Amino acid sequence: MKRLASPFLVVLALVAIGVAQAALSINGAGATFPNPMYSKWFDDYHKKNSSIEINYQSIGSGGGIKQVTEGTVDFGATDGPMNAEQLKAFQDKHGFPILHFPTVLGADVPTYNISGVSGELNFTPEALAGIFLGKVTKWNDPLIAGANKGVNLPANDIVVVHRSDGSGTSYIWTDYLSKVSDEWKNKVGKGTSVNWPVGLGGKGNEGVAGLVKQTPNALGYVELIYAVQNKMPYGKLKNSSGEFIKADLASVTAAAAGAAKNIPDDFRVSITDAPGKTAYPISSFTWLLIPSKFSDGTKRDAIKGFLKWMLSDGQNEVEALSYAKLPKEVVAKEMKALDNIQ
Amino acid sequence: MATTTTTVPSAGPIAGSRSFISRLRDGDEIARLVTFIFAGTVVLITLLLVYELWRESYLPRHKFGFGFFVTSVWDPIFDKFGALPFIYGTVVTAGLALLIAVPLGIGAAIFLAELAPARVSDTLQFFIDLLAAVPSVIYGLLGVFVVIPLMRQYVQPGLKNSLGFLPFFQGPAYGVGFLTAGIVLAIMVIPYIISVSREVLISVPRDQREAALALGSTRWESTWKVVLPFARTGIMGSIFLALARALGETMAVTMVIGNTPTISASLFSPGYSIAAVIANEFTEATGDLYLQSLIELGLVLFLLTFLLNGLARLLIVVTSQRGSGMGQA
Repeated sequence: MKRLASPFLVVLALVAIGVAQAALSINGAGATFPNPMYSKWFDDYHKKNSSIEINYQSIGSGGGIKQVTEGTVDFGATDGPMNAEQLKAFQDKHGFPILHFPTVLGADVPTYNISGVSGELNFTPEALAGIFLGKVTKWNDPLIAGANKGVNLPANDIVVVHRSDGSGTSYIWTDYLSKVSDEWKNKVGKGTSVNWPVGLGGKGNEGVAGLVKQTPNALGYVELIYAVQNKMPYGKLKNSSGEFIKADLASVTAAAAGAAKNIPDDFRVSITDAPGKTAYPISSFTWLLIPSKFSDGTKRDAIKGFLKWMLSDGQNEVEALSYAKLPKEVVAKEMKALDNIQ
Repeated sequence: MATTTTTVPSAGPIAGSRSFISRLRDGDEIARLVTFIFAGTVVLITLLLVYELWRESYLPRHKFGFGFFVTSVWDPIFDKFGALPFIYGTVVTAGLALLIAVPLGIGAAIFLAELAPARVSDTLQFFIDLLAAVPSVIYGLLGVFVVIPLMRQYVQPGLKNSLGFLPFFQGPAYGVGFLTAGIVLAIMVIPYIISVSREVLISVPRDQREAALALGSTRWESTWKVVLPFARTGIMGSIFLALARALGETMAVTMVIGNTPTISASLFSPGYSIAAVIANEFTEATGDLYLQSLIELGLVLFLLTFLLNGLARLLIVVTSQRGSGMGQA
């Protein structure tokens, strides 16, 4: 009993200390993709301001939007911006609007497994859309081969792999395909889950990666961070300036900078297929969803304080975790937008 | 039900008809009440579940009606939802699992209960119980790293070459699909069948076996013609348990089935099951109709389990009437 009791007491004591110190506890929920970054930020911020504790549950973007609308959490987080209907639902329920704050950037990359092909393949928007629509079915199709002169592509059927779980990764991917292909836009559309015309579904990044690695002639998409951390081969994409760009932190930030000039005041903007010579075309912001009014003044100040820190010092921590930083223009604009939180 | 054996405390002025209070003091009434509440809770939870699923699936029930069951488009973007491919996938994978697991499981149970020495039987039983306790994600990983590559490289090409003329074994060999999901599910449910069936077989009275042997039957005849029919109801119970687990299994199935809502006679084809699609899409489902359609899928799974269990029970009644009448009450 004694042996059991002492660790138990330690835990109790720790809990007691935690409760005593965290005078203010703020709860958030939402997107899974930025979760590693958010966990680190909230932890670091708590270390700097021991009176503020921010809890975050990565339950998915859909859940984040739902919970913040219902008012069960103080803020939400999402990989795809809220649509007009969702914004209206929030406004109707609370009587004031909800605000979007971009935090970091992510990107999707095409990954493949073709025996005998080890180099980086080039993909054009037409080729990707064709493959995912089920119209381009062979690896040696002229649409693929034309952009990869000198690569010996086999005449095998392409095995398309997509995410089976609803995810921001799929949202970005389908958002891009909707922009570059009218047929995709009208037939499939963009969303966290869509009615895929072809392909196998893998659960999570690891599910897609597993299927691609195991299945000869497979082509799938995963988050850039996941591909980098697991050293997976991934291809270059032709951007809107006609350049073939490999995804990395710089080219993703460049995409955001390209879109920054025209960024709307509510920050709900898609930066897929962004302009700019060095911009990687399948990039996206991820957002925190902050209500524009707080009845609790200390809570409001704490959240504003965190956002201010996140946009300044916090951005310096981003690249260590392989996320791309926000461009300066966006940071400046967000700093101004902080005044809208009352 | 036997309440007559309790001793009535003496020297009561009203000894004839025992008052509620005295029965309460004896504990009978309390035990009855408490156990009744426990039993009632099970029914209550089931009814509450159905009620909640029914209530929360209002939108798709009114928008699609019966069409939900017979259409096969699942499109969250254009708000079209049909459950047919998921129902098909659930039934096919569970059916395949039972097809594989029932003969294997009952065969193993017969060996453990009737033929193996007690020590071997007990040791093996220990391992079987361990298998039953393995979390399903582990079986899913086994599927991903072992079963899928084996299927793609050896089993599916082999089946295609030998039995490829059948519609069941055609199309490209991805490794994932109905057949793989069925096999992984079979591995998962076999321990249940073995474990329960073995217990049932062991509890068949010794007299039954001895009588059969005394009448001149061989050991196998006694097992096959006397012990098995005697234990049939219990063995069926183990199969129900296996069926229920196979229908509702989520994690392992979604890892190996391919997650594509298709209806295809080919067992090589990737498919989808009800439990898998709910797990995959529930967290990110935003629109009301979308979310409620997933909840209606839950209702469908409930009904499906109910229906298949009912059918299986009907099967027992029919076969035991037609059979030798050896079935236990």
